[in-house]
Amino acid sequence: MSFGLPASAEGGFEAPSAADFWQPLVGDGAFAITRASIVLLLSAAVISVVLLRVTRRLAVVPSRGQYLTEAVYGMVRNSVARDIIGSRDFLRYVPLLFTLFVLILANNLLGVVPPVQYPTMSRIGFPIALTLVVFALYHVVGIRKHGLVGYFKSFVPKGLPWVIVAFIYPLELITYFFTRPVTLALRLFGNMFAGHILLLLFILGGEYLVFEAGGLMTVAGALAFVMGFVLTLFEMLVEFLQAYVFVLLAAFYIAGALADEH
Amino acid sequence: MDGNIAILGYGLSAIGPGIGVGLIFAAYINGAARQPEARGMLQQIAILGFALTEALAIFGLALAFVFR
Repeated sequence: MSFGLPASAEGGFEAPSAADFWQPLVGDGAFAITRASIVLLLSAAVISVVLLRVTRRLAVVPSRGQYLTEAVYGMVRNSVARDIIGSRDFLRYVPLLFTLFVLILANNLLGVVPPVQYPTMSRIGFPIALTLVVFALYHVVGIRKHGLVGYFKSFVPKGLPWVIVAFIYPLELITYFFTRPVTLALRLFGNMFAGHILLLLFILGGEYLVFEAGGLMTVAGALAFVMGFVLTLFEMLVEFLQAYVFVLLAAFYIAGALADEH
Repeated sequence: MDGNIAILGYGLSAIGPGIGVGLIFAAYINGAARQPEARGMLQQIAILGFALTEALAIFGLALAFVFR
């Protein structure tokens, strides 16, 4: 067993749990350098090298790498930023959205790439950090656009009777300051965590069934491996989708803060 | 057999989003079948709705691990 995963302690199979994701390498406690932070640094290095190499030699007839990079950039720029924020002032937010997308995508995909196989976002701290950036940004953008009072007024449409406003306003306040950031962070975390724990369960369970249970269970173990393979493919889809959804929602929140009075 | 009753809570919390996500993609397929040109736009809306609906199940999952 690599990386000391507690697969089968004496006396039966031990199901993977949340504790398996805490893997400090240097130190312990709040300031430990964990496997997740190493993966994050690795992903940052990979992204920088790839993007610098691709954009250094730009050609009219693009190479394969340039074509792929332009496709990803074009997707974030056109189908996320421009379509949602609107063509007037979307360009300012493209760098942030592109960075978020590429960073989350690289970190998520490293969750299934063999030598690494650890999704950074399955530790809640990393999605929270990314969410704080988006959370601060859309409030700052909204306050700059409408002014402090105007921003808080823009949560509900103008011209509603005060009885309805009294009911709706607390809900909107909860939405803007609690539900949005919490769901944004939890969605990314939950998907990566649940997906990876599922892979751990099928692959470690399959390993246990094949090598330790024996007998007829070997067949079940083989089936578990097949299921693990299928779920790995499914995970790759989910990983891409979650990076896309995170950026989509970030753009959606920015657009909401920027929106003019109806 | 041992376990934790919080996991049952996750199972319960997954019912609603399961139905909701099904409804969203049913509507998306319907829309794309009726008007194939609108597919790109519908896809974005469908994924957005899917992400918002899924949040409830994710809450359930997180709470299942919080209260274990």
